[in-house]
Amino acid sequence: MIQAFAFYLFAGLMILSAGLTITARNPVHSVLWLILAFFNAAGLMLLLGAEFIAMLLVIVYVGAVAVLFLFVVMMLDIDFAELRAGFTRYLGIGSVLAVALAAEIVIAVAVHSAGPIELSNRIGPTPATISNVQAIGELLYTRYLYVFEAAGLVLLVAMIGAIVLTHRTRRDDRAQNASRQIARRPHEATRLVNQPVGEGVEL
Amino acid sequence: MIGLEHYLVVSAILFVMGVLGIFLNRKNVIIILMAIELILLSVNINLVAFSAYLHDLVGQVFAMFVLTVAAGEAAIGLAILVIYFRNRGTIAVDDVDRLRG
Repeated sequence: MIQAFAFYLFAGLMILSAGLTITARNPVHSVLWLILAFFNAAGLMLLLGAEFIAMLLVIVYVGAVAVLFLFVVMMLDIDFAELRAGFTRYLGIGSVLAVALAAEIVIAVAVHSAGPIELSNRIGPTPATISNVQAIGELLYTRYLYVFEAAGLVLLVAMIGAIVLTHRTRRDDRAQNASRQIARRPHEATRLVNQPVGEGVEL
Repeated sequence: MIGLEHYLVVSAILFVMGVLGIFLNRKNVIIILMAIELILLSVNINLVAFSAYLHDLVGQVFAMFVLTVAAGEAAIGLAILVIYFRNRGTIAVDDVDRLRG
């Protein structure tokens, strides 16, 4: 009973905040609704007994991705009202397509419920004695070690890519350039002028 | 009792919300990126639900990899967005046609 209540609470709030994410006028509000959706999704994962993924959702999505979105939304000086033009124009056909797609998936799920899926051979059966975090760790660092390393590589490439893309050297940079200082010769820097009396000096 | 189908329907609705978000905000790249995050979240819910109801941990491991890729995608996407805004002064999707011949 309490499980069903928690499920409907989390699911309802998640779908509500997802809907507000895509319809909010202000993108900052969109990001905040997105954060609420992620929190409720973490609650759903807790209900399923996937504690590690739930905490990962809170840390990675709420702590990193959503804050990144918030930074970018607040950093860019954009007229968001202009970008909303055409919102109502696409509302009709978009809703029709969305309802059709949702109906298709729900029908597929209903057909699935006609007969349960049975796995004859499980790759990583859920152990009964150890906790979820320990079980995932034991699977991740043995069988999926190379995939795990590849995931780390993906993150490294993403980090380097983001830095390379957004880094810029300033034009009016006055930092010391040692090689230019050493390469400088006296005849480039000084000049002898036979200066007539009563005239200005041309530099 | 809450079964697997309940979770599948919830994640289907969330997926469709993401697709609808791309449809409705066709000009605003930031909202489109957020809608993609919603879609990836629904995929994660699907993976974890199947993992829980079929008593197999592989689904949760793969949900973690999806999370990794989603984080990388958000970082790169927002970086591209920032330099695009720096160069053009707008992020409207319709204006991204400079490479058109």
